[in-house]
Amino acid sequence: MSDFTASMGIVIAMAAVTAFTRYAPFIFFGRGKEPAKWIKYLGKLLPPALMSVLIIYCISSVDFIGGSHGIPEILCIAIAMALHAWKGNVLLSIGVSTVLYMVLVQTIFV
Amino acid sequence: MGNLLNILKKSFKYTLPVLFGYIPLGFAFGILLASKGYGPEWAFFMSVIIFSGTGQYLIVSFLAAGASIPHVILMTFLLHFRYFFYGLSMIDKYHKIGKSKWYMIFGLTDETYAILSTETPPKDISRGAFYTAVTFMNHCYWIIGSTLGAIVGNILPFNTKGIEFVMTALFAVLVVEQWKAHKNHIPALIGFVIPIISLVILGSEHFLIPALLAVSVILMCMRPIFEKEERL
Repeated sequence: MSDFTASMGIVIAMAAVTAFTRYAPFIFFGRGKEPAKWIKYLGKLLPPALMSVLIIYCISSVDFIGGSHGIPEILCIAIAMALHAWKGNVLLSIGVSTVLYMVLVQTIFV
Repeated sequence: MGNLLNILKKSFKYTLPVLFGYIPLGFAFGILLASKGYGPEWAFFMSVIIFSGTGQYLIVSFLAAGASIPHVILMTFLLHFRYFFYGLSMIDKYHKIGKSKWYMIFGLTDETYAILSTETPPKDISRGAFYTAVTFMNHCYWIIGSTLGAIVGNILPFNTKGIEFVMTALFAVLVVEQWKAHKNHIPALIGFVIPIISLVILGSEHFLIPALLAVSVILMCMRPIFEKEERL
């Protein structure tokens, strides 16, 4: 039951903050009112920086010294990025790299 | 009723690209969630009240790690900071549209924003009705895809080891899209280097928040340089 409560807490917290980021401009800034310059600045530069942070977060628990040395992760990230830079098809990039990763960790890098 | 059906029918074709994106992406989210022991009712509930692809992929790792609430709040806030700017650019469009506006704001995802900010509604349908229909249909695709994924993930006997890479792949794709969308690549590079340093020093359990704060502070410090460049 505490598991349920903990999970529910996380879900509600994310839902509330997500809704807040969507409603905030309509609540705090009406027509003709502009947010401060530094908020606009961060809004422009934070997303590219954040996506890079998140990809590091995704592989942060990978053991680069022992085990498979992070080879399947690095390889499949490179494939996802290359495929996306080339074709620009979200589903293709995610699908191919994820399936390949699953095959790698289930067969070669067990 | 006939009118409502007409609105949905006419708006449907605008949502087709989202249909083909949300069903499989939602499905993968459902399988991922199921692999951590959560049933379809969780997938359904989350997709109804959160309705964010990136957020919901991330939440799976939060649930698996038992992340603290402040951690979830800070991460979600930074991740969804961009919605604030989508909303900002929609203030004029959503003006005087009626009460359904509050649902549309709730459902302003990356993909919904992409449609609503570029497409003009079909002639015989009001703007409000069109926006509501598009938002609602997108929401439905996401709910259906993720719930189906969780159902299949819970009954299918196939080996899902490695399925968690789908989140990594999503962010890899987003890194490329951000790279293409911006001329200035320094923020993206700061976003790579700082967390790696933080990870080496602090370890995987504690590196994220300091890295996020450091990245934000560094970006703020570089503001005079970057803002000058923008004008040139």
